[in-house]
Amino acid sequence: MLVNFFVRLRSVITISALLLWSACASAAYELNMPVGVTDTSRSVYDLHMLIFWICVLIGLVVFGVMFYSMYHHRKSKGAVAAQFHESTTVEIIWTVVPMLILIGMAIPATQVLIAMEDTSEPDITVKVTGYQWKWGYEYLDEDIQFFSSLSTPREQIANAETKGEHYLLEVDNPLVLPVGKKIRILTTAADVLHAWWVPALGWKRDAIPGFINDSWTVIKEPGTYRGQCAELCGKDHGFMPVVIEAKSEEDYQQWLADMKGEAAQVAAAEAVDREWTQEELMSKGQEVHDGVCASCHQAGGTGVPGAFPPLVAGQVFNAPEPMLQPLREMGFLGPDNTIVMGPVEQHTQIVLKGIPGSAMQAYAEQLSDAEIAAVITYQRNSWGNDTGDVVQPSTIKSAR
Amino acid sequence: MSTATHVHEEHHHGPAPGLSRWLFTTNHKDIGTMYLLFSLLMFFVGGAMALIIRAELFQPGLQIVDPHFFNQMTTVHALVMVFGAVMPAFVGLANWQIPMMVGAPDMALPRMNNWSFWILPFAASLLIISLFAEGGGPAAGWTMYPPLVLQTGAAFPYLIFSVHLLGMSSIMGAINVIATILNMRAPGMNLMKMPLFVWTWLITAYLLIAVMPVLAGGVTMLLTDKYFGTSFFNAAGGGDPVMFQHIFWFFGHPEVYIMILPAFGVISQIIPTFSRKPLFGYSSMVYATGSIAFLSFIVWAHHMFTVGMPLAGELFFMYSTMLIAVPTGVKVFNWISTMWKGSMTFETPMLFAIAFVILFTICGFSGLMLAIAPADFQYHDTYFVVAHFHYVLVPGAVFSLMAAAYYWLPKWTGHMYDEKLGKIHFWLSVIGVNVLFFPQHFVGLAGMPRRIPDYALQFAEFNMISSLGAFLFGFSQLLFVYIIFKAIRGGQQATDQVWEGAEGLEWTLSSPPPYHSFETAPEVK
Repeated sequence: MLVNFFVRLRSVITISALLLWSACASAAYELNMPVGVTDTSRSVYDLHMLIFWICVLIGLVVFGVMFYSMYHHRKSKGAVAAQFHESTTVEIIWTVVPMLILIGMAIPATQVLIAMEDTSEPDITVKVTGYQWKWGYEYLDEDIQFFSSLSTPREQIANAETKGEHYLLEVDNPLVLPVGKKIRILTTAADVLHAWWVPALGWKRDAIPGFINDSWTVIKEPGTYRGQCAELCGKDHGFMPVVIEAKSEEDYQQWLADMKGEAAQVAAAEAVDREWTQEELMSKGQEVHDGVCASCHQAGGTGVPGAFPPLVAGQVFNAPEPMLQPLREMGFLGPDNTIVMGPVEQHTQIVLKGIPGSAMQAYAEQLSDAEIAAVITYQRNSWGNDTGDVVQPSTIKSAR
Repeated sequence: MSTATHVHEEHHHGPAPGLSRWLFTTNHKDIGTMYLLFSLLMFFVGGAMALIIRAELFQPGLQIVDPHFFNQMTTVHALVMVFGAVMPAFVGLANWQIPMMVGAPDMALPRMNNWSFWILPFAASLLIISLFAEGGGPAAGWTMYPPLVLQTGAAFPYLIFSVHLLGMSSIMGAINVIATILNMRAPGMNLMKMPLFVWTWLITAYLLIAVMPVLAGGVTMLLTDKYFGTSFFNAAGGGDPVMFQHIFWFFGHPEVYIMILPAFGVISQIIPTFSRKPLFGYSSMVYATGSIAFLSFIVWAHHMFTVGMPLAGELFFMYSTMLIAVPTGVKVFNWISTMWKGSMTFETPMLFAIAFVILFTICGFSGLMLAIAPADFQYHDTYFVVAHFHYVLVPGAVFSLMAAAYYWLPKWTGHMYDEKLGKIHFWLSVIGVNVLFFPQHFVGLAGMPRRIPDYALQFAEFNMISSLGAFLFGFSQLLFVYIIFKAIRGGQQATDQVWEGAEGLEWTLSSPPPYHSFETAPEVK
């Protein structure tokens, strides 16, 4: 019977080995931790491999003895049980030897850890803020800040289109960093916990609302490095990637200059004192709605029952009372929990300040006057809503 | 046979007829049976949720569920499996076995025993119906981290009260175990003569009493943060979201050992039986269990290396966590030494026990890797962690439970189970579980975060393999149910000793044992 066992075991091992081999042969399979592009990520990788091989070695010895025993000390082979059941000497040996191995692991681990915690004397400091569900980047030494959200089209996620090469790991505005500089990264969050992680840098760090964590990195090679949010942050946790574009110092300076020039252009285009046409507002509004609001309220404004209210007048929204109450007070909920288009001033306030205690966040800091004006105009004149309201950026500016 | 007539002659010694037998019972065997069947049911409820998760992850893209529901599944799957399946199953084993193993007629506190069981179905129902609440069920993970968990809709109070009730049930079960072991041992059975299963449960019970109130306190603080305007975990009000993680994991790490120490006990009963040789290093096993229990209180922050602790904190928790490898290693070495020069046979319980030793050692290795704080900055919150703790809980805790079920079923039912089907069940399970969880190490190392409903294309192949393993493992468990009910209904009559190498008081009783296990205490030499 045990022979049977070994035959089966052997076939299992053969099959697994074949699987493993075909896995290695195909480039699409990723088996191991990436080596990364920083000194930290390399020492973490070395540490990981060191401990892995120690474990493999221990495993070979332990399982080797076990399988030897299982093969030779079987009743069917006529083995007679010995009756020993104690030996202080071996107990001491197999307590002390693992202790020594552990000390051997702890020394390099401590060295790497101490180096990782040294955030002193950075060349550049970037503040990373986690939002549900995007990242905000702020260059503290430059006057640059922007948001970075998933750019994979929704059709790809819904399997209506072929998935691109960087499916779910691509963003509209990547974080651009220079190579060879010590970059200090401060992480925090605006709403719930997030964790900022790019495997090629060798670490992740939690983003905690109300607290700031600091870490550092020096990227060695130019390139594009991709990662993801690593702490569960709600519905779209899987859809807020991190993309870093590491550039040479020269290209980085060029990018900084472009960003500053572009910022001036955008400011001009979005001039708040200009009168916008309804068509302009509607088309920009759709862009903002689909990019920002649709992850909860859906592209068609239908919302999600019990969680995210519809934006379409006449639709019913059944949800727990604490969620309904602010909507009712602000005039957006009629009898029988029907959504109504409340006053435009209240609509503006909700977008600017959010609804405390709910998933509706304040967009005053995240969106420009023009964007807020456009999205409100769009929402009040789409999907059968026909208030005819046209909100100008100047109105938003004075409402702030 | 004589027992059966005995029951008929003296009615008050036997079970009450009909439904009231189960509702009002104070008998350790009836309550143990209910615990075990309840946990089996919950194993399938939680397993169905796991299959929904794996079906969604079969391919990249969103196919079956939306992301919010996916998060509800990961959350409720974990809570159901931890509090509904694994913990009650071990309490069920304790109920059946501890009185028989220490030579007592029943548990020390039989009425509380009844109550601690009957809380469970209500607590589990609260948890499961919360999925149908407005706004969906709890979706913030079983760890319930604020502020995210405070965004839960109408399901929130269901979640909190369900955790409270489950905790009460566990504490009562634990008090009962301690009272029974300390007061009702047969004459001559001093502490260092107790079977190891009894020892591990004694230590587990103390862990439960120490940490379940901590969890209850933590979730109560969540409740007041949500409804009564407190700011325990809200930085804007002077609180700290990370404090919840400290509270949770001060409960959570001992909780892991609550689910694995009794498993060590089970394995320490089975391996000597089928090696026909006494357990090697009995006293060192007891001390190792005690050491693991002690260490479990000083390692909790290794679950939160990435929250931004001071260097000294990270070093402390790294070193203390690495230390766990020592007593755990001692246990594995002792099991192997027990097998060494034995006279082994490989019936189903032994097969599960051997798989436990191997696969538990693998999760020990990945645990050691995770203990290394700088490397954990990469591993943390990835599928590497998912693979690690599922190796602890499935081929660890769950395999030990299956081993225990096969080992003691003949004693409990009086019938041998179908050995051939048992072996088929073992092989399907052991292959399924490895195909399911082993590839998750790879995707985790390659960078796949946990708790995501959709993933980048480079993770596709291993996820597909993993999902196939999940379905194989999941559906194989139907065979387990069939084998159990077949053994309950009939089969070859089991002898009192059942297994050739079995030693201990429970094997001196008839199979099935009398309704009140030992009416006169046996003498232990």
